[in-house]
Amino acid sequence: MRRLLFLLPMLLVAGLVAIFWRGLDPNRDPSALPSALIGKPAPALELPALLEGAAPLSLASLKGQPVAINFFASWCLPCRAEHPLLGKIAAEYGIAMIGIAYKDKPADARAYLADLGNPYQAIGADESGRGGIEFGLTGVPETYILDRDGIVRYRLAGPITADNLADQLAPAIEAVMK
Amino acid sequence: MSGLRIILSVLLLVLALPAFAQEAQLADPVLEERARDLSREIRCVVCQSQSVAESDADIARDMRVLIREQIAAGKTDQEIRDYLVARYGDFVLFEPPFKASTYVLWIGPFALLVLAAIGVGFYFRRRAAQPVAGPELSSAERGRVAELLRADDSRKGGA
Repeated sequence: MRRLLFLLPMLLVAGLVAIFWRGLDPNRDPSALPSALIGKPAPALELPALLEGAAPLSLASLKGQPVAINFFASWCLPCRAEHPLLGKIAAEYGIAMIGIAYKDKPADARAYLADLGNPYQAIGADESGRGGIEFGLTGVPETYILDRDGIVRYRLAGPITADNLADQLAPAIEAVMK
Repeated sequence: MSGLRIILSVLLLVLALPAFAQEAQLADPVLEERARDLSREIRCVVCQSQSVAESDADIARDMRVLIREQIAAGKTDQEIRDYLVARYGDFVLFEPPFKASTYVLWIGPFALLVLAAIGVGFYFRRRAAQPVAGPELSSAERGRVAELLRADDSRKGGA
């Protein structure tokens, strides 16, 4: 036992190297927060409809189908950047794309969608931001993937890009569409 | 000059007002105090090293409003903490709870201290066990030392 003591410093160094190696990973975001909602039922938000004449958005009524919930706002620049991808995702994967206008004046959000196109099946207006807090939102845009039972399976904080769509979002969507 | 000074000091005063003072406060000073205390232990989720009480971020303001609302609705501090932890995880608390996933965080520094103390203890015990003087000289070596000392003495005497 005593003889093996000389291995101790080497093991310590190996441990440190492993920790530093992880720290050097270019894909690691030290400020990223895991969502506390993963594996848990999504909050049953009831929000007024953003578009005039549409029915209010009730997340509980969406159960039975996989859903992508995308928080956006007209004042949010990265939302504009990801916007073209939202329609593509809905078309390609057939997932129900639900929008929530976060802390936005409904008129502004409507103008934003009139300008860029509306990729959403239904849109709720979360003017107070309280719906965002229910989801543990840290900013916009954020996208949540819910399975048929309304359980949150994945969350992407920040804009969807071609890269994270291919690496993370698409596999998460495919998993709930099965 | 003095006019500029007055303007500057007023500006400073306004800017120095804490983020808290900009919002509706609870009428009951005891409840308001509780809201402020609780806001100081909730972490802002976008600024991360600031508390919700200190942060100017929009979402921090929303959380202060939420804390006030829930206190006004008669919720206990622990219920409000649980509400936020259920949505944002333990991360929102500046003081994480003591549980299996945080043992390393809480115990780690003390474990390192104990390990270091054991290491230092071993070091000193080993040093105390070692003889202070060098190894004994053989009789041949002693003879040589005596010879050298004699030679040195005679040289001194000769000078």
